[in-house]
Amino acid sequence: MMAQLVFYVFATVLLLSACMVISARNPVHAVLFLILGFFNAAGLFLVAGAEFLAMLLVIVYVGAVAVLFLFVVMMLDIDFSRLREGFQRYAPLGLCIGGVLLAELVMAFSNWRMVPSGVVAPLPVDPGLSNTAALGTVIYTHYVLLFQACGLVLLVAMIGAIVLTLRDTPTGRRQNIGRQHARTREETLELVNLPLGENVFEQGGFLRPKGSYYEVAVPGSYGAGEPEKTETEEKGA
Amino acid sequence: MNPAIASVGLGPYLFVSAALLVLGVFGIFLNRKNIIVLLMSMELILLSANLNLVAFSSAHGDLSGQVMVLFVLTIAAAEAAIGLAIVTVYFRNRGSIQVEDVTMMKG
Repeated sequence: MMAQLVFYVFATVLLLSACMVISARNPVHAVLFLILGFFNAAGLFLVAGAEFLAMLLVIVYVGAVAVLFLFVVMMLDIDFSRLREGFQRYAPLGLCIGGVLLAELVMAFSNWRMVPSGVVAPLPVDPGLSNTAALGTVIYTHYVLLFQACGLVLLVAMIGAIVLTLRDTPTGRRQNIGRQHARTREETLELVNLPLGENVFEQGGFLRPKGSYYEVAVPGSYGAGEPEKTETEEKGA
Repeated sequence: MNPAIASVGLGPYLFVSAALLVLGVFGIFLNRKNIIVLLMSMELILLSANLNLVAFSSAHGDLSGQVMVLFVLTIAAAEAAIGLAIVTVYFRNRGSIQVEDVTMMKG
């Protein structure tokens, strides 16, 4: 009875939040409703006895995917009101297709009987194990190759996302640690003798040694167009 | 059969999953221009598939379904990452994410 109550609460909130995801005006609200929906789906997984997958859903979806969506929605400066044009125009078609699909699914499920258990041999798992331990014994024995393939898919996705979005901008001022460690006092400070009452403004008002003005960590980033000087020339200057 | 799902039964799970699938498909039709909500609708569809797999796995007492959910989750996460990366790159190049403008590859 308790399980039924919990199931119906989770299912109701899941379906309502799914409705809000597809109909929210603000995409940020849509992402937040998606997060709520995933939490409730995790609750449904818990009712079905799949504790490990419930936790995985919360960690992977709420912790990573939904936050990724949120980042993209907030990072891109998009006029979302323009994107909602044609909302009414496509709604009847979508309702038709959705209604037909739902009717088909209900007809298929209502006339369908499950094979009596024992016909299909389930994977041999020790019944005393918890869900996580049992899943671990199955993944690392029967499905080890598929599990490795999953890792490969994730690696390819990671490399692909980085390659797609990485911009090699020449204007970035990066830190060159080797150069930073190798620098000496002569490159940084210039000692000048000033008579009393004078200042450095007559000499150009420099703050850094003149030899290092056009010298930056990333060649060609700023001060571009000035003649490239080598280290020895600067030392001499 | 798991005691909790035995009290609920498989039918309600299948109905929730079917409704979620229909909502996802409807969302794709409703938000034809907003590719970010399109990707979210696809996540809903994959979630409904996961719900089905978990329900059957729990009803049969066979863990293979839950392993499949693990794989579907992997693919969904990879798909979301790549899709959003493409959206970001497209926005950087064109300044908009209008789905209708994405016709540069058209012959």
